[in-house]
Amino acid sequence: MSGNIIEIRHLRKAFGDHVIFSDLSLTVKKGETVVIIGPSGCGKSTLLRCLNGLEPIQGGTIYLNGKPLEYGRKSLVKIRQKIGMVFQNYDLFPNMTVLQNILLSPVKVQKRNRREAKEEAEQLLEKVGLREKADAYPDALSGGQKQRTAIVRSLIMHPDILLLDEITAALDPEMVHEVLDVVMELSRNGTAMLIVTHEMAFAEAAADRVIFLDGGRILEEGEPQAFFHSPQTERARRFLSAFTYSES
Amino acid sequence: MEGYEVIFAGSNFIRLLSGLWVTVRISLISIGFSLIFGFIVGIAMTGRSPLIKALCRVYLEIVRMIPQLVWLFIMYFGVTRMTGLNLSGEAASVIVFTIWGAAETADLVRSAFQSVPVHQFESGRALGLSQFQLYFFVILPQAVKNLFPNIINLATRMIKTTALISLIGVTEVLKVGKQVIDANRYDAPDAALWVYGAIFLMYFAVCFPLSLLSRRLTERKE
Amino acid sequence: MDWSFMTEYAPLFAESARITVMIGGIGTLLALVTGLICAWIMYFRIPLLRQIAAVYTELSRNTPLIVQLFFLYFGLPKAGVVLSSELCGIIGLTFLGGSYMAESFYAALKTVSVSQIESAESLGLSRYQTMRYTVIPQAARAAVPPLCANVIFLLKETSVFSAVSLADLMFTAKDLIGMYYNTTEILIMLAAFYLLILLPVSVLFSLLERRMNRGRI
Repeated sequence: MSGNIIEIRHLRKAFGDHVIFSDLSLTVKKGETVVIIGPSGCGKSTLLRCLNGLEPIQGGTIYLNGKPLEYGRKSLVKIRQKIGMVFQNYDLFPNMTVLQNILLSPVKVQKRNRREAKEEAEQLLEKVGLREKADAYPDALSGGQKQRTAIVRSLIMHPDILLLDEITAALDPEMVHEVLDVVMELSRNGTAMLIVTHEMAFAEAAADRVIFLDGGRILEEGEPQAFFHSPQTERARRFLSAFTYSES
Repeated sequence: MEGYEVIFAGSNFIRLLSGLWVTVRISLISIGFSLIFGFIVGIAMTGRSPLIKALCRVYLEIVRMIPQLVWLFIMYFGVTRMTGLNLSGEAASVIVFTIWGAAETADLVRSAFQSVPVHQFESGRALGLSQFQLYFFVILPQAVKNLFPNIINLATRMIKTTALISLIGVTEVLKVGKQVIDANRYDAPDAALWVYGAIFLMYFAVCFPLSLLSRRLTERKE
Repeated sequence: MDWSFMTEYAPLFAESARITVMIGGIGTLLALVTGLICAWIMYFRIPLLRQIAAVYTELSRNTPLIVQLFFLYFGLPKAGVVLSSELCGIIGLTFLGGSYMAESFYAALKTVSVSQIESAESLGLSRYQTMRYTVIPQAARAAVPPLCANVIFLLKETSVFSAVSLADLMFTAKDLIGMYYNTTEILIMLAAFYLLILLPVSVLFSLLERRMNRGRI
């Protein structure tokens, strides 16, 4: 095995006549944190959704641990246990407590022992500072707490890679930090991640590699340091300049 | 004669249609009155007075709790007996459906006004609009947009409920149907199947377009 | 007010109230089942069945119950299908109520957002598990208020049964009005017995809804 968790080759994705990617290739190595940035509508979220089988693809191949993904219902269930995904709007299940949300997949899908899974859930909750919220319903949590719960809900499946889709976009500014801290910690511990975000400072700190996506193509790719301080393309320069306010 | 031929024999079809018109006419008159009284009561319900609110609520609940057919009986047999007033079946129907329709309209008006977000009131006031200007230019247009499909739904319900008035002796489409069936008892013994089937479709032909319209308006709103 | 007349005929009203409740109850239950099946068909967009369900709901929602009953009770025998009054009442109420229930169930299922379903799927839940653990529990909560309203609506609609000679409350009242002059007393009894049936149901439902709004079940 090449050490690639995810390998995308010549991906083609279109909604009807509207082509998102005509030919996109990308790899994520073991333990690597890759951050994708780019303007709205560039296809960042669509890419993550394709990886998790939420969107059918029209061409190319996605390899997970060297094996091509199949899109049948049964194989999707298996794939999704290997690929964790966290969404912008957390989407915790409102009819379940924090703990029930977290245990649903390990107990019902992976058929793990409930007690053992519960122990792990509690450890993970401890780690993200939510130990005492285990029996709370999502309604009673702040946005940041919900999002941390959603991360734990994915982590407990021991996925090979975690897809994070703008997970701080719906949060109040003061809650962004507590969530990013958790992600930063995961990154340090060598969890492979593919992150879509608009938090540039975070991207620079957490990423091993940054990918700049625009118009369905990778325009730039490289070390965060290099990308953020001396972008190669005019498009990336303009994009980045929009994040710093200066009176013109 | 075959049963289905009865429907179109002589003036039968015209008679059925004019019977249908009786129910539709009563519905339209009742809806008209309902809108007038319903708006007044509905606006009273959005007001501040707790007493008026409570009274309106009680009126609404009582009217709703008892089946319309019972109200028709109370009006047609009871009120006439008690007051000595000689109400025709049609008049009794219009009164009952107006009392009922006004209650339903009032509730729709109330919820339509309350569905306009508070910040709309606030930003209207912040712009220095007077109370009248606020309601007339800002709130009412939004409320009416929510209200319109519901009023059409109410009209559909009204037309369907009007089918009950044959039971207090109004000669409407079901009654005409029965007369047609009875008149052809010997020539076409199976006429009932066809005549009642035709009436079923007639009601459908009236109510279905209204339902569609209401649904379209709701969809456009969203 | 003639009290002795009222006490004399109270048992008769009680008996017809029992019939109203029984036929209304059976019809409502069957309407719930019909509605559930139709909502399922509509939700999963099952081909062919979906079109049939659409035609059924439109026919049912856009015609009055009394016309449906006349067709069943007076029309169908001419085609060789003879149904008793009770059976007509039950079938009519099921036919009418099924579409209302279907609409409520369907709307409730639709309140569960696509992102909730995707979130469940991304956790590896199968289609069945997604329904079982996320969609149905949430939809069930959303369905309660409209279903309660439908039940009360259907119980009120039973008043039409008298038109096909079912010996319900309305029938008894009409009968007595025809025989005696105590119209006022009879009408008061009629309204009182309907309230006796509908008020407890309505109070029970509003308690249930309040309870559900206050906390999780």
